[in-house]
Amino acid sequence: MAAFRAQGLAKRYGNVTALGGVDLEVAEGELVGLLGPNGAGKSTLVKIACGLVRASSGSAEVAGAPAGSRAARGALGYLAELFRFPGWYSADELLDLHQRLAGSTGGEAERAELLELVGLTEARARKVETMSKGMQQRLGIAQALVGSPRLLFLDEPTSALDPLGRRTVRGLLEELRRRGVSVLLNSHLLSEVELVCDRVVILSKGVVVAAGRTEELARPRGVEIDTGAGTKLYESARREDAPRLVSELVAAGERVYGVRVLETTLEEIYLEAVGAEAS
Amino acid sequence: MKGAVIVAGYAIRESVRRRVFPVVLVLTAVFLGLYGFGVYKAYQSIDPFSTQTIGAGGLIDTRVLFSATLFGLSIFAVLFLGTVLAIFLTHAVVRGDAERGLLQPLVVRPVGRAALLAGRFGAAVLVCAVYVVSVYAASLFITHWVTGWWPDRIVLPAVELAAAIAVIVAISLFGSIVFSAIANGIAIFMIFGAGLVAGLLGQIGEALNSDSLKTIANVATWALPFEALYQDALNGITADTVGFTKAALSLGPFGGAQPAGVWLGPFVIAYMAVLAAVGLTAFNRKDL
Repeated sequence: MAAFRAQGLAKRYGNVTALGGVDLEVAEGELVGLLGPNGAGKSTLVKIACGLVRASSGSAEVAGAPAGSRAARGALGYLAELFRFPGWYSADELLDLHQRLAGSTGGEAERAELLELVGLTEARARKVETMSKGMQQRLGIAQALVGSPRLLFLDEPTSALDPLGRRTVRGLLEELRRRGVSVLLNSHLLSEVELVCDRVVILSKGVVVAAGRTEELARPRGVEIDTGAGTKLYESARREDAPRLVSELVAAGERVYGVRVLETTLEEIYLEAVGAEAS
Repeated sequence: MKGAVIVAGYAIRESVRRRVFPVVLVLTAVFLGLYGFGVYKAYQSIDPFSTQTIGAGGLIDTRVLFSATLFGLSIFAVLFLGTVLAIFLTHAVVRGDAERGLLQPLVVRPVGRAALLAGRFGAAVLVCAVYVVSVYAASLFITHWVTGWWPDRIVLPAVELAAAIAVIVAISLFGSIVFSAIANGIAIFMIFGAGLVAGLLGQIGEALNSDSLKTIANVATWALPFEALYQDALNGITADTVGFTKAALSLGPFGGAQPAGVWLGPFVIAYMAVLAAVGLTAFNRKDL
């Protein structure tokens, strides 16, 4: 059973189509990156999955239960793009509230583990209003993990984080993958997505324009070889051509110092997929 | 039910931990101090045990007229302060909190939207009821301490004031689903003002014996039952008072004291049930 499945999911706000029939599946334990320009429908998709927004047509299921149902809400964790917690709560009190709302029996041990996971152990008794935006975002991730959800929706979870904070989140996502938690990661940070996600889905104007593993989506761009005479680029060559090219160069008396097989980066894939909209 | 209790606990803590709550307490203490001082000074300026003859043999009991009028004024102040508190606690609960990103992390939890609304309503009613009954009791004891007068009914007016505030909480919560926080706050104050105007119109209608004004006031108080509850509470403090004293009191400031009859209670319950049903339907359909 898929952790999340959307079929023909559409959302219209009056004349504006936010989602125009999206099919998407997140398997158990899979980490999927959801990419797209502003207004592509990424947040709308996640909000429908969380039961915050009602779909105009199509269906969405979380762990086999209709999105928005009690069972579906019980199986997911969610960090919104724009969120705020009451400033007078301490980190520990906030997690305690969410434990009770989620029906978690993890108690103090779960709270301590989650705070450690996001690097906020020292800030356990600190009030939210005294935390930096980055700390609040890490607390938001801890909140989303309360109750050990099977599926996690993270909407721009690293937008307010410094490089160290992003690294912490990256490590956290890898730990979640190890635990078999499915994650749908909505982000503009292509490098982050490329580093941690198993698969990417690119939305543009409410429809999926590309989906698959990064290496599947990537196109060969040639082979680059560093020689004593400089760097040579073989644009039409592929990975399997590299040994032959090296042999030919060596046979011709060239010294070879390095070989690079070039493929399109996620950024290039993304820009191609969203096309004119991005430009 | 358990979810509603959790949300109510959260909302109560939020109520008392917001910075404005101590401000409300200080202002209330100032009000009670000024009220006590005013009652004391005014009481010194009258001859409380005299009776005044009005017209052909009508008698007015000065002490009752004085005490009930001032206590009636304090009841209005209690209603007003309770309304301010009710609006403050509920005006931004749905749309306001959703716009600030406070609501979404709670709504995605399994407790659901109905529990969230019920918990918020219960918490606001509890906080406001405790506040209103406390301030009512304080002004009652101040009045009694100065004048030695007790109202004819003590408990029922307090319950009705708390119920009036519960109605305002329900209207404000309903409004918070539809309107943004500021718009809702303004709208609820205008509704509160409309209720008061209806009461004043009814008072004028009584004085002039105008059926039209009395009908307008009557319809308005049923449409906004917090006003009917307030009028009945006001009536309760002199329920057994008769004669010219009662007639003079019914012309007092801020809406006349009017008995509401036995149907007010069931009507208020039905009114809030309809608000709850329509509000929950709207909330369930609302995109956050």
